[in-house]
Amino acid sequence: MAKITMREAISQALWEEMERDPKVFILGEEVGLWGGTYAVTKGFFDHFGAERVRDTPIAEAAIVGAAIGAALTGLRPVAELMTINFAFSAMDHIVNEAAKLHYMFAGQMVLPMVIRAVGGGGRQLGATHSQTPDAVFAHFPGLKVVAPGTPADAKGLLKAAIRSNDPVLFIEHATLYQTRGEVPDGELIVPIGKSKIQRLGRDVTLVTYSKMLEVSMKAAEQLAAEGIEVEIVDLRSLRPLDMDPVLESLKKTNRAVIVEEGWKSYGVGAEIASRIYEEAFDFVDAPIKRVAQAEVPLPYNRTLEQMALPNAADVVKAVKEVL
Amino acid sequence: MDKQTGLKLYHEMVLIRRTEEKAAELYQQGKIGGFLHLYIGQEAVSTGLISARLPQDRVITAYRDHGVAINCGLPAKEILAEMLGKVTGVSRGKGGSMHLADVSKNFWGGHAIVGAHLPLAAGLALGDLYQKQDGVTICMFGDGATNIGYFHEALNLSKVWNLPVLWVCENNQYGMGTAVDRASAVSQIRQKAEGYGMTNSRVDGMNLVAVREAAQKILSEIRNGSGPQLLEITTYRYRGHSMGDPERYRKPEEIHLWQEQDPIGIFRRHLLDNGLAVEAELNAEDDAVEEEIREAVIFAESSPEPQAEELFRDIYVEA
Repeated sequence: MAKITMREAISQALWEEMERDPKVFILGEEVGLWGGTYAVTKGFFDHFGAERVRDTPIAEAAIVGAAIGAALTGLRPVAELMTINFAFSAMDHIVNEAAKLHYMFAGQMVLPMVIRAVGGGGRQLGATHSQTPDAVFAHFPGLKVVAPGTPADAKGLLKAAIRSNDPVLFIEHATLYQTRGEVPDGELIVPIGKSKIQRLGRDVTLVTYSKMLEVSMKAAEQLAAEGIEVEIVDLRSLRPLDMDPVLESLKKTNRAVIVEEGWKSYGVGAEIASRIYEEAFDFVDAPIKRVAQAEVPLPYNRTLEQMALPNAADVVKAVKEVL
Repeated sequence: MDKQTGLKLYHEMVLIRRTEEKAAELYQQGKIGGFLHLYIGQEAVSTGLISARLPQDRVITAYRDHGVAINCGLPAKEILAEMLGKVTGVSRGKGGSMHLADVSKNFWGGHAIVGAHLPLAAGLALGDLYQKQDGVTICMFGDGATNIGYFHEALNLSKVWNLPVLWVCENNQYGMGTAVDRASAVSQIRQKAEGYGMTNSRVDGMNLVAVREAAQKILSEIRNGSGPQLLEITTYRYRGHSMGDPERYRKPEEIHLWQEQDPIGIFRRHLLDNGLAVEAELNAEDDAVEEEIREAVIFAESSPEPQAEELFRDIYVEA
């Protein structure tokens, strides 16, 4: 078991899968010679060559569209979008093509492809480069959406995504790349569509994922110091969504807080809360609380930006409100 | 062209026209839902083009896809069944008129978002290049698609990566109801390839022989490493953009002018003038098409509706 960063974990997953299967290749902006905007593919170009680590023009529709086409021929492309904000330029290809072709042509077309995209705020990149629009993408049947919160899950889920025969949007968080965590040695596959209990507790169920797992863990420590034990369920996949661990935990604690980085309106929290009310209403002892980003385009100014993003104090407050 | 090929291609063109006429009838009877975009008038484009492909060449097109589907070898009965939403349709009734495909015949659809399939075509061609296969991807689209960004992203990428793809613009003079000159900065679509340093050409799409010969030459060049090329094929649709088009944007005289150069008539004359067929043989093909259509309609109408479980089938490969 080695303690490595999220960046190293993602890089390892890509490297191992490319070594294992010659059909796996990478395409995207600056993935090759540059080594990846976030240095995830550093060293790949020299090792795997220009055919398998393909620098593209700045043309997101072409990147995702070409990945779809290549996947249709049996290849396993991993398309990198420099940030998830740029995915909107490829929205048509993600939503109208990748998520639809298998169904619309009655199973004739198979798309074993991954779109890696970096999301999240907190780096003073302004409103257009700081979004967490995960819920938008999770809306569409036909697409799988994964967003890991630990290095081990990042590695295992990315390997599972690359081996999947369905299109997977793999969302990384820009401020998690330096986060370190234990990653088991050897082959590591984490199945898509399985939530995980990341912390055991008896008082309140915290449902979260990606960067907000880190925030929730921090809040949990503060709460523990006050004798409040929260249980943390990490969704890991937004679609398919695994509610079982959420419901099991809720039935134990009877209280839930959902922590997401994106906006509250029409968000992940809205979905989870509805599902809890629909599927375990009798077990809910207090109104479910949602912690989410302030409903503003994220500002550049550091103080304002931090005000808008959910933090551990927000989580602590919400937990106390449901108790 | 030998006699057998001539008769086969004549058959395909007539089959397309009769399939479309029958589809229009079925639409008017309320048996076909959604949109219906007919290929009548443009038959020589895809018949000539697709006749030049080798089996390993992939074909992908837009939503005006019935003719292309027939040329790629999809049976008329399965096409009509799809239009009727039947489970025996090529996409089990879940795609409809705009989403025909049969990947076993290297026909990759039927895509209904204007221009969106062009980047897919680049990817199909990349797949062949990567796997060192000698197929060429033939990507067809209308003149209207050349004004959307996808066209430009895809052409640029194909040139940068030297992809084996033939971009085919079917210029039928109108993007829905907007004439080419009212929507495109250049009236010859082929000029747009110049901006990407891409070899380009233009051919009369009412003349099957001209289309076929141009396509044979270009496909061979691409197969031998010329890189991507763009072929503009000028043509005309006799019917509206889709069923229910009020056609306020053109005059009947204009349609009649083009109908005088009917692609089926021109090819029929070509076969007769060059001794490739006699009247009786062509009439026999006409009759054979009639019978094929008759059977296709019976097949489509008598086919079952999809079962309820079809609704949740094929959302994912791995549920």
